[in-house]
Amino acid sequence: MPLLTATAVTKKFGGLTAVNNLDFEIEQGSIASLIGPNGAGKTTFFNCIAGFYQIEAGQIVFDGQPIQRLRRDQIAHLGISRTYQNIRLFANMTAMENILVGQHYHLRSSWIGAVLGTKGVREDEGRAHREARRLLRFVGLQNKGDLLASNLPYGDQRRLEVARALANKPRLLLLDEPTAGMNPAESQQMTEFIRHLRDELGTTILLIEHEMRVVMGISEKITVLHYGQKIAEGTPIQIQTDPLVIEAYLGRGSAGTAGHEATAIPAVEATQGGASAGPTPASA
Amino acid sequence: MTVTSAGMPATGAAPSANGAAPAMPVSFQRRVIRTGLLGAVIALYLCMVGIVPIFNARPLVQGVISLGQAALILSLFATGFVATRRVAESSGRLIADGAIAGGLSGVALSALVLLGSVVDVRAFLPNASPVLYGILTFNLGTIGFWIPMAAGAVLGGLAGAIGLASPRMRRSLFVGLISLFALGLFAGLIRTPMLQLPVAELARLLFASDGLTLIGAVVVLVASVGLHHVQRTRRLDLQFAALPPSRRRRIQVPLIALAAVMILVLPQGLGSFFAQVIAIVALYVMMGLGLNITLGLAGLLDLGFVAFFAVGAYTVGLLTSTAEFGIAQWPFWAAVPVAVIVAMVFGAFLGLPILSIRGDYLAIATMGFGEIIRILAGSDLLKPILGGPRGIINIPKPIEVPPDSFLAGPNQIYYIALIGAALIAFVAWRLRGSRLGRAWIAIREDEDVAEAIGINLIQTKILAYMLGAAFAGLGGAVFAALVGSIFASSIQLMVSINVASLIIVGGMGSIPGVIVGAIFLIGLPELFREFSEYRFLFYGIALIAMMQLRPEGLLPSKIVRREFQHGGGDEPPESSASPLAL
Ligand SMILES: Nc1ncnc2c1ncn2[C@@H]1O[C@H](COP(=O)(O)OP(=O)(O)OP(=O)(O)O)[C@@H](O)[C@H]1O
Ligand SMILES: [Mg+2]
Repeated sequence: MPLLTATAVTKKFGGLTAVNNLDFEIEQGSIASLIGPNGAGKTTFFNCIAGFYQIEAGQIVFDGQPIQRLRRDQIAHLGISRTYQNIRLFANMTAMENILVGQHYHLRSSWIGAVLGTKGVREDEGRAHREARRLLRFVGLQNKGDLLASNLPYGDQRRLEVARALANKPRLLLLDEPTAGMNPAESQQMTEFIRHLRDELGTTILLIEHEMRVVMGISEKITVLHYGQKIAEGTPIQIQTDPLVIEAYLGRGSAGTAGHEATAIPAVEATQGGASAGPTPASA
Repeated sequence: MTVTSAGMPATGAAPSANGAAPAMPVSFQRRVIRTGLLGAVIALYLCMVGIVPIFNARPLVQGVISLGQAALILSLFATGFVATRRVAESSGRLIADGAIAGGLSGVALSALVLLGSVVDVRAFLPNASPVLYGILTFNLGTIGFWIPMAAGAVLGGLAGAIGLASPRMRRSLFVGLISLFALGLFAGLIRTPMLQLPVAELARLLFASDGLTLIGAVVVLVASVGLHHVQRTRRLDLQFAALPPSRRRRIQVPLIALAAVMILVLPQGLGSFFAQVIAIVALYVMMGLGLNITLGLAGLLDLGFVAFFAVGAYTVGLLTSTAEFGIAQWPFWAAVPVAVIVAMVFGAFLGLPILSIRGDYLAIATMGFGEIIRILAGSDLLKPILGGPRGIINIPKPIEVPPDSFLAGPNQIYYIALIGAALIAFVAWRLRGSRLGRAWIAIREDEDVAEAIGINLIQTKILAYMLGAAFAGLGGAVFAALVGSIFASSIQLMVSINVASLIIVGGMGSIPGVIVGAIFLIGLPELFREFSEYRFLFYGIALIAMMQLRPEGLLPSKIVRREFQHGGGDEPPESSASPLAL
């Protein structure tokens, strides 16, 4: 049974249908990717799952329970964590505190207990700090726990965001462009880290990614969005050779020669090293 | 900065106020002149609103310089300092620039003296009196009109020269001047208790009845600069930190004990007026720590904070008063917990409807809440219960003692307020480091992300309002006992604004910051009549200066901790090495 099932999800912004009648499933313990040109509706779909947007139509079921009417914190409690395309750390908190606050739901101490300094609270805090240190080490930030999040270099901030998401012990982890702005070596590391996460913790992972090397390397299933609609779904091999996908990425003009340009997707990517520079938009 | 014209600009370039600026081709001179004109406006303002003449009554160094003169000197000096700041120039140029800017400000004062000798402008500028001219010219009258001009040029030039000194020297100098200023202001307060001790002779040598003596000024200057120098070169703080904990404690414990004893005997030494001022500061510390939770930690602006203070005060009034509106005649100590709980309930009341409001709207909504409470308290509607404008009187003191006891009068409240503030500071400190405290800060930083992480916004925000209100309610309860009565007119919007200002000045989210902010913004104006006339002027200056120079506040919360306990036996074994670790 899939861990998350979205059925006929539609999200509109005024006249713009950002997600259009989308059906989507992700299997427990798998790594899946969501790709598509800029503005395809990928981030919007994440926001629908995580409760940032109310959807106009459709249903999202997580672990057998419909979640489209729940608040964000309730969705987090069910075990969905996310990161953000434009990093959103708590800038004036230390790296350590960012992870501590990420464990909010799993700590049990009440404020009265905290004021009185009860034994239970002290143990709870001790556990939380140990767990936070473990997570810092897990993402390779072991010496940077007492730095302010805003003072960390860009790559470290991305990792810290992942660590904060992991602090909630998620069953489903949504990663929005985790390698954006990273150089090839760093993005290679991040890819291995994501795979390691799944292998080690069994976390189901859904990621939005523009870097085709990353996508093709680790995804078991890829879903391609274009103007809010699903235009293709399948294994990396299937996606790479799908004429609709190539058309979406390269524009209408090249559709006729699609077959010859099957390898063009990674090639296009390779020329673009920029921060959020995605593939060329579909508009010809 | 492109400077082409060589050498020092002609000193004749200090022109009269009208229209000199555009004629200058080079931008540096224009800036110097603009600063000078601005300084002139400030200096004139200081004179015209009466700050200089009123402050003149308080000597800083007896017979040498008064507070009013110090204010003028400071403004002229600051003009020169600002005009030459952040410019890489030759030393001669720096001094000249400073002198021009300072001199310009002085010219305005000189012009004022000359004008005053010709026409009497007191009809529309009541402060432009011979007294003021006397201060400006060292009582030389019109013949001394050149004095402000010259003083401005000298001070401005000095300020420019300061830019040449090494940062270390500059800092030593500032420390010396600030110590001089502070001790000069507090001289009377320090002298009084010393006179009763065996050090009376020393006190007479250093301190006049108001201000320092000349000898005292020299001693203070030398001692503070010397101490600062020793600290800089020997790094006593680091030496102290490097001591083993047992040695450190051997130094700390007596110091803490000494401080405790001093706090205990303070009302005896300084008299009940001073004790009362401290009690008021402690009240504001309580409220400040309360608002520090709602605003400083959770980032929820609340400009109606005085409402909770009022709720606490009225609850104690109703429950304990022996007069008309008292309903229970409980002892103070039984009423206090009730007051705190009622304040918390009101906190929840306020919190619920405005949960989804953000930003500026929150300021208006909360301010409205404060006004509603104020108007209700004074209204005819609630008059049968709360006494309307006449309020509730005859609120008994918490501890009944004979009038000659050391716990009589304001002293008792001094101790209670201090204990209350200490208690609240402790609770605030515990909360800050707790799961709830972290959740508050997360909400302040990014509400949406905080919720997506699993924080229940409703519950957490309501708790911020409730606990903030509890602190203010305790403050109100102590206030009711301090004054012995509570009136609707005590609930002023200004109280809320004072509390918000002291948090900003002290440092958002910082507990020591709240205390420092309360001492600066509440304690000083209470202590010095001269200040209290211009309280809001100083608030404005303090807030603007803070925003410009130290937006994080005087004592910001220590967000970056140096020591962070790695390692130790409690570390779990490395279950999984990070593939990301290089
Ligand atoms: N809050 C919003 N209000 C209005 N329009 C929005 C909003 N968020 C997204 N959109 C629009 O919805 C469409 C989908 O945006 P979305 O951010 O989901 O794209 P994306 O696939 O994540 O693109 P990218 O690769 O650039 O991140 C875009 O046209 C965008 O302009
Ligand atoms: Mg996106």
